[in-house]
Amino acid sequence: MADQTRPEGGTSVVDSGRIPTVVVDDVHVIYRIHKGATGGSSPVSALKRIVSRTNAPNIREVHAVKGVSFTAYEGEAIGLIGSNGSGKSTLLRAVAGLLPPARGAVYTQGQPSLLGVNAALLNDLSGERNVVLGCLAMGMTPEEVKRLAPEIIEFSGINERGDFASLPMRTYSSGMGARLRFAISSAKKHDVLLIDEALATGDRKFRARSEQRVRELRDSAGTVFLVSHSIGSIRDTCERTIWLESGVLKMDGPTDEVCDAYENQK
Amino acid sequence: MANTAVADPESGLTRAQLAQRYGLRVAGERPRLVEYARRLWAYRHFMTAYSRAKVASSFSNTQLGQLWQVLTPLTNAAVYYLIFGVIVSQNKNMSNFIAYLCTGVFVFMFTQTAVSNGTSAITSNLGLIRALQFPRAALPVTVTLVQLQQLLMSMVVLAAIVLLTGEPITPRWLLLVPMLLLQTIFNLGLTMVMARLGSKITDLKQVMPFIMRTWLYASGVLYPVALFRQHLPHWAATLLEANPPLVFIELARYALLDSHQAQLVSPPTQLWLLGVAWAVVMGIGGFVYFWRGEEEYGRG
Repeated sequence: MADQTRPEGGTSVVDSGRIPTVVVDDVHVIYRIHKGATGGSSPVSALKRIVSRTNAPNIREVHAVKGVSFTAYEGEAIGLIGSNGSGKSTLLRAVAGLLPPARGAVYTQGQPSLLGVNAALLNDLSGERNVVLGCLAMGMTPEEVKRLAPEIIEFSGINERGDFASLPMRTYSSGMGARLRFAISSAKKHDVLLIDEALATGDRKFRARSEQRVRELRDSAGTVFLVSHSIGSIRDTCERTIWLESGVLKMDGPTDEVCDAYENQK
Repeated sequence: MANTAVADPESGLTRAQLAQRYGLRVAGERPRLVEYARRLWAYRHFMTAYSRAKVASSFSNTQLGQLWQVLTPLTNAAVYYLIFGVIVSQNKNMSNFIAYLCTGVFVFMFTQTAVSNGTSAITSNLGLIRALQFPRAALPVTVTLVQLQQLLMSMVVLAAIVLLTGEPITPRWLLLVPMLLLQTIFNLGLTMVMARLGSKITDLKQVMPFIMRTWLYASGVLYPVALFRQHLPHWAATLLEANPPLVFIELARYALLDSHQAQLVSPPTQLWLLGVAWAVVMGIGGFVYFWRGEEEYGRG
C-alpha cells in the first residue's frame, strides 16, 4: 500500500481487486453556524437588518471540507487525524448522510452509522430504555432487541457500580454515557461504522474492550472509520490513516507513515 | 479537481462509475415516497416504544406525576368556564354551556398540542437525528402517538363532565370514534408541516402562541358558534365555519351533546364531508411536505 500514498494531492489509487464500501468524490461541505449572541444584537440593529435584508451577523458560513476524495474498502479500519477544527467530524457526518455536501458526492454501501460522544440519546429516559430505543432506531426487530439488550448493558459496564441501567441517562457521567452509546451502536453489524472520538472517553478497561469490538466489526466485513486525537489508539486499531488539515486531505496511506509524518510536523 | 476524472487507472473508471459498479448509493439520499412510507412502517416498533417511553417520562419531575394528564384539561376547562361562563356570561340561550365549552376546549387542545409539539419534533431530537439514520417522519408520528395516549385520558374526563351536566348517553356517542380518527389524521399531517417549518424557522416557536390563540377564538370554542353568523359578513362566517378545528369540535358536540343538536353550525353531513376532506388534504399534504425535506433535518 506504500505506493498508494500521495501526499498533498489526495489521490489514492483504487486496487480493483477489493470491494469499495465508501467512495468520497471531491466533497465540499459548507454549513451555517449560529454564533450566538454577539455585538450588534440589540432590537434596533435586528430591525435594521430585516429592513436592509442582510444576513444576521450571528450566522456564519463555514467551509469545513474542501474537496476531499478517497475510497474505502471492505474490512478496512481507517483513522482520521488532524488538528481541532480540521473537518474530521464534519467529513464523517457527510459520509453518514447527515450533512449533505455542497459539491461532490459520497457513495456508500448500506447505511453508515455514526457514533459520536456528543450524539446524545434521550436523557430523560433510563439506560435500559435507551438501549431498547437505540436498537429499534437502528432497525432491529423487537425480538432481536430483547435478546441483545442484556449483552449491551453488560458490555457497556454501566452496571459495574450499582444499578445504573434503570436511572435516567442525564444522571450518567460523560464517560458512562459515551460507553453506553458505543455499546448500543456497536451491537449491530454495520457495513460502515463511523466512530467519532468515542473510544477516548472510556476508562482503560473499556478502551481495551471497545478496541476489541472494533476489530470484530472490521473482521465481519465492515469498514470502520475512527476519528481520534489519540494517535496511540489509531495505531492500535487502524492500518490506514487519512490526515486532514483545514478541510483539505493532506495525506492518505498506511497508519505508521501518516502518523509519523503527523507527529514529526508538530 | 483532476482526481475526480480517473480513480482507477486500470479500468479507467471515475469514482462515480466505480460507486455505481459496486452498487453504492449516495449517502443520505431521499428515497421515493412509496419506499419512504414502507421504511416508516418498518419503524413502527420504534415509534410505539418511543411514544410509550415519552408518556412514561412526561411529568416525571413533578410531584403529582401522571395525575397532570387529567388535571391539565380540567384546569383549562375550569379557567375558561370562570371567564366565559360566569364573568362574561354568554350562555343565556345555551342549555348546557359547561358541556359545550369543555367539548370545545378538549378537542381544540388535541390540535393545539399537535402544533406546539410538532414545532419542536425535529429540534428537540437533534441528538437522535445526528446519531442514527431512520426515516425522520418517525418523530412527528411519535408526537401524534403520544397525544393519542393523552387524548384517551382527556376523553374519559370529558365523558364524565358531559354526563354530570345531564346529557344522556345515546348511540351517537359512537360517532366520536370516527371523528377522532379524522382529527388524528389531520393532526398528523399538521404535525409534519410544523416539524419541517420548526426545523427551519427557529423564530416560529415565539410566534406560535399568538397564532394559536387567534385560532382558538376563530374556532368557536368559548362562545356559541352562531355568533359568527350574527356578527360577521357572510363570506367571513362561511370561511370560519370551514375551519378544521371548528369542524371537528362541532362533530364532537354532535356526537356527545343532545342539547346542541338544534344549534349545529352546519348540517351533520356537511360537517362530515368537511372533516374527511381536511383529514385527507392535511394527512397526505403534510406527509409529502415533510418527506421533501428529509435530507436536511440533520443540519439543525
